[in-house]
Amino acid sequence: MLDLTYTAPKPKVIQGAKDDWELVIGMEIHAQVSSNAKLFSGASTAVGAEPNSNVSFVDAAMPGMLPVINEFCVEQAVRTGLGLKAAINLRSAFDRKNYFYPDLPQGYQISQLYHPIVGEGEVIVEMGPGVARHVRIERIHLEQDAGKSIHDMDPTQSFVDFNRTGVALMEIVSRPDIRGPEEAAAYVVKLRQILRYLGTCDGNMQNGNLRADVNVSVCRPGQYEKYQATGDFSHLGTRCEIKNMNSMRFIQAAIDYEARRQIAIVEDGGSVTQETRLYDPDKNETRSMRSKEEAHDYRYFPDPDLLPLEIEQAWVDDIAARMPELPDAKKARFMGDFGLTDYDANVLTAELEAASFFEAVALGRDGKQAANWVINELFGRLNKEGLAIGESPVSAGQLGGILDLMQKGEISGKMAKDLFEILWTEGGDPAEVAAAKGMKQVTDMGAIEAAVDAIIAANPDQVEKAKANPKLAGWFVGQVIKASGGKANPAAVNDLVAKKLGM
Amino acid sequence: MSKSLNSLTIAEARDGLRKGEFTASELTGACLTAIDGADALGAFVHKTPDIAREQATAADARLAKGDAPDLCGIPLGIKDLFCTKGVPGQAASNILAGFLPEYESTVTSKLFGAGAVMLGKLNMDEFAMGSSNESSCYGPAVNPWRSDDRELTPGGSSGGSASAVAADLCLGATGTDTGGSIRQPAAFTGIVGLKPTYGRVSRWGIVAYASSLDQAGPMAKTVRDTAIFLQAMAGHDAKDSTSADIPVPDFEAALTGDIRGKKIGIPREYRADGMPAEIAALWAKGADMLRDAGAEIVDISLPHTQYALPAYYVIAPAEASSNLARYDGVRYGHRAKLSQGDGITEMYEKTRAEGFGAEVKRRIMIGTYVLSAGFYDAYYNRARKVRALIKRDFDQVFAGGVDAILTPTTPSAAFGLGEMASADPVQMYLNDVFTVTVNLAGLPGISVPVGLDSQGLPLGLQLIGRPWEEAALLNHAYVLEKAAGFVAKPGKWW
Amino acid sequence: MSIDVDTARRVAKLARIRVDESDLPALADELNGIVTFMEQLNAVNVDGVEPMTGVTPMRLKRREDVVTDGNMPERILKNAPDAREGFFAVPKVVE
Repeated sequence: MLDLTYTAPKPKVIQGAKDDWELVIGMEIHAQVSSNAKLFSGASTAVGAEPNSNVSFVDAAMPGMLPVINEFCVEQAVRTGLGLKAAINLRSAFDRKNYFYPDLPQGYQISQLYHPIVGEGEVIVEMGPGVARHVRIERIHLEQDAGKSIHDMDPTQSFVDFNRTGVALMEIVSRPDIRGPEEAAAYVVKLRQILRYLGTCDGNMQNGNLRADVNVSVCRPGQYEKYQATGDFSHLGTRCEIKNMNSMRFIQAAIDYEARRQIAIVEDGGSVTQETRLYDPDKNETRSMRSKEEAHDYRYFPDPDLLPLEIEQAWVDDIAARMPELPDAKKARFMGDFGLTDYDANVLTAELEAASFFEAVALGRDGKQAANWVINELFGRLNKEGLAIGESPVSAGQLGGILDLMQKGEISGKMAKDLFEILWTEGGDPAEVAAAKGMKQVTDMGAIEAAVDAIIAANPDQVEKAKANPKLAGWFVGQVIKASGGKANPAAVNDLVAKKLGM
Repeated sequence: MSKSLNSLTIAEARDGLRKGEFTASELTGACLTAIDGADALGAFVHKTPDIAREQATAADARLAKGDAPDLCGIPLGIKDLFCTKGVPGQAASNILAGFLPEYESTVTSKLFGAGAVMLGKLNMDEFAMGSSNESSCYGPAVNPWRSDDRELTPGGSSGGSASAVAADLCLGATGTDTGGSIRQPAAFTGIVGLKPTYGRVSRWGIVAYASSLDQAGPMAKTVRDTAIFLQAMAGHDAKDSTSADIPVPDFEAALTGDIRGKKIGIPREYRADGMPAEIAALWAKGADMLRDAGAEIVDISLPHTQYALPAYYVIAPAEASSNLARYDGVRYGHRAKLSQGDGITEMYEKTRAEGFGAEVKRRIMIGTYVLSAGFYDAYYNRARKVRALIKRDFDQVFAGGVDAILTPTTPSAAFGLGEMASADPVQMYLNDVFTVTVNLAGLPGISVPVGLDSQGLPLGLQLIGRPWEEAALLNHAYVLEKAAGFVAKPGKWW
Repeated sequence: MSIDVDTARRVAKLARIRVDESDLPALADELNGIVTFMEQLNAVNVDGVEPMTGVTPMRLKRREDVVTDGNMPERILKNAPDAREGFFAVPKVVE
């Protein structure tokens, strides 16, 4: 496997009115665990149900109800931890985070403050060929999602739906290693990619299945390095947390706005107040969420309804043995085995399904050619039609068949594109369709020579010009192919034209 | 038969039903009549005669077919803390006013599955917080025992259960015990009450007070009844993560009456300063009875005993403050009437101020305080560590070969209702001084009536067993019961 | 550590229990009495002691990832003081 080594990107620098400033960003990603049932109850996690129908008595916190953990959610968290090269804690425990809110029926969220299931790991966030930020993961813990409050259905009432209450979330907490808005977005993209490869979270940001709390602070150049050397946060500025972001674009805009807001405060001689803020995309600004601040005392304590969660190393090993190939490894392999460029390898590994499609096409064929076809023809066409790779009318087998026909010289590149079009709309076996449609490149040298001779004879003026300017030979090649109805092998025509024109 | 049906023991009724001497419907009818004549005791707070008669009829059919478990046709009272489908369940709190559970607690569904008959819901301290049944939203239950004109407490929190069993309103009653709530009322009313090992009985469907301490158990007239009753309540429940998946032995079969060679520990730390002479004498008498039965009495030390109460009064309120957060006026129970401009916070604050009684509020606030930022380690975590030390004390004693530990159940006999009203809350907490260690260590404990005090009020002794060894514990209690020969009954005044 | 009126007010607020301003001094006194009682625990040497987590070592129970519950919105909403259009209704929450 090709070993990918990276240099670190330069941190983003924002020029304030007086000074240059750097950003320091840490993120807490809430990723909904892909599971059928909730973390502590047997109710469904399906979306789109009628309000309060995916709710058990446990989820509604009826008196006397007790939680029992869904083992698959634990497995998913372990798998995620392994995917982030993180330490798995064989002993973890659940704590209650106490606060009052209508969408929190128990009056507490079951979470893991003191003993999370996953410890330190790492995500490599590429910012360009050979350039990447190593973002350290501090921990991943399992917790319950809250319900949904709807504030706009009635002028005086909020309406509450518990369908989402108790769905399992993984909170993935990074160290403050992210140094700019673009890196922040790239980090989320990378994490999302890994989670989707692992199958532990579908990454659907629109549904809120993946959302981010972003901690932003600013500091003068050089301060971050002091923090890194000592681990002492006092070298850094006071941070604000921007809650609940579910779009890459908003994450970047919010960080940029927030950094500039903090810089303005500090340059004005003020100091930043540590607080929770909300990003308003309409106004492109962040504002303080004072309601959340009011009584910020969650009184965490171990949930007495649950014993510590002890898992066995053998079980972890078994999950590790069944891990899929992850994006970094796949990319390295694609570059090594198929000779892909860094760019193409990135494009082809962005989504697991696309990578698998490509691999099926490329296996035993020219990898670079396969990459070109998958990226340019297939992805281009899918994008145009708004289709996902899984909905492609042309299968990997069919696309491979087209490439085989080209490889054998039976069809030209032009024919191949036509054949792709036909397969896209009508389907069929590439070889059979090519035959039925008379798509066969002429490689009979006698026939080609006759055609070349005919064109040369018919165009003496062009012959003279071409002899003076060899670049014009291409005109003859085009004419010959055209005369053959596109079937003449372009390479053969090219050679013959050159010879006949004495070039 | 000379005894009225409602005054039978469970074992007598079981045998009589199987022999066809009377029917479950007759037995149930006798209890319902007794209940209707005992409103002055305030024991039953929601009567369910229709359910009772229906269940009795079904039990008679089962008895006729010869398919009758031990509890088939036995009329029981159910503490208001247990959720029973379609029957009001309020945990004796106004905050659950009008709440009709849509589900059946594991314990009651096991009891009903065994053919038991539910007579109604029983009074208790609000959310099981109290030692006198005076914090109930229904008003106090009253002890059928009295020595003069004063009304006495039946103890708490399972005061209604104790009162109902002692007054022969039912043959047995469910209780729950977080710091002594089964054993103390049992002692105050001259009945038997057992708190099983934590995890022996499912907590699913029982309104939680302090999850790491709460355990349901049987309250009955005799040790044998307690064994029969526990048999039907105990067992693994997949819906309770703290329920133990271990086999349940035959408790009644364990009542051999033979404890020869067993080692009974007498913890010296329980000999507190100011222990009333009557209590000390009763304790000594109990030790003599067990010695006479062939057991070896040994002096033991449980050095952290004195810290059990303060540890309990950190841990239990802390858990309660969180467990009771769900009573917020959103999904069930009471919601305060709001004024113009009141928002969600006012809704919470008014609802909870109106719905909870004084003692519950006090414990919620204490629990909130000990968990709040900056105090968690000083109070809560320290209390959990002390709890570990208390458990270690017991572990060491049991590892030294002790089979059971004998202590008084309570520091006094039943006191008068209202007598503690002006005392500071800590005085009331001292009622739990002998029982609370058992909850902290998760052990089984049983109170057995052993004698009467000088005023003619019942007194009990407590036996504490090894974890999961309720069978052996019951056998020790059986020996003590036989030796004590406690047969006194309260004179009917109600 | 003693509980003053401000602490009592903050605790009542955290617990979402309305306490009239005039009742706070008495509440503070009462809580103080209990806290003083608890402070006996400070006399215990707990160095190196792990907080207790269970009576006997037990493995935390697990459930399988199977949908076994739900689909009963009417039973979930049945006890609600205010339910509308399948939702629980509460006084408007301002964010």
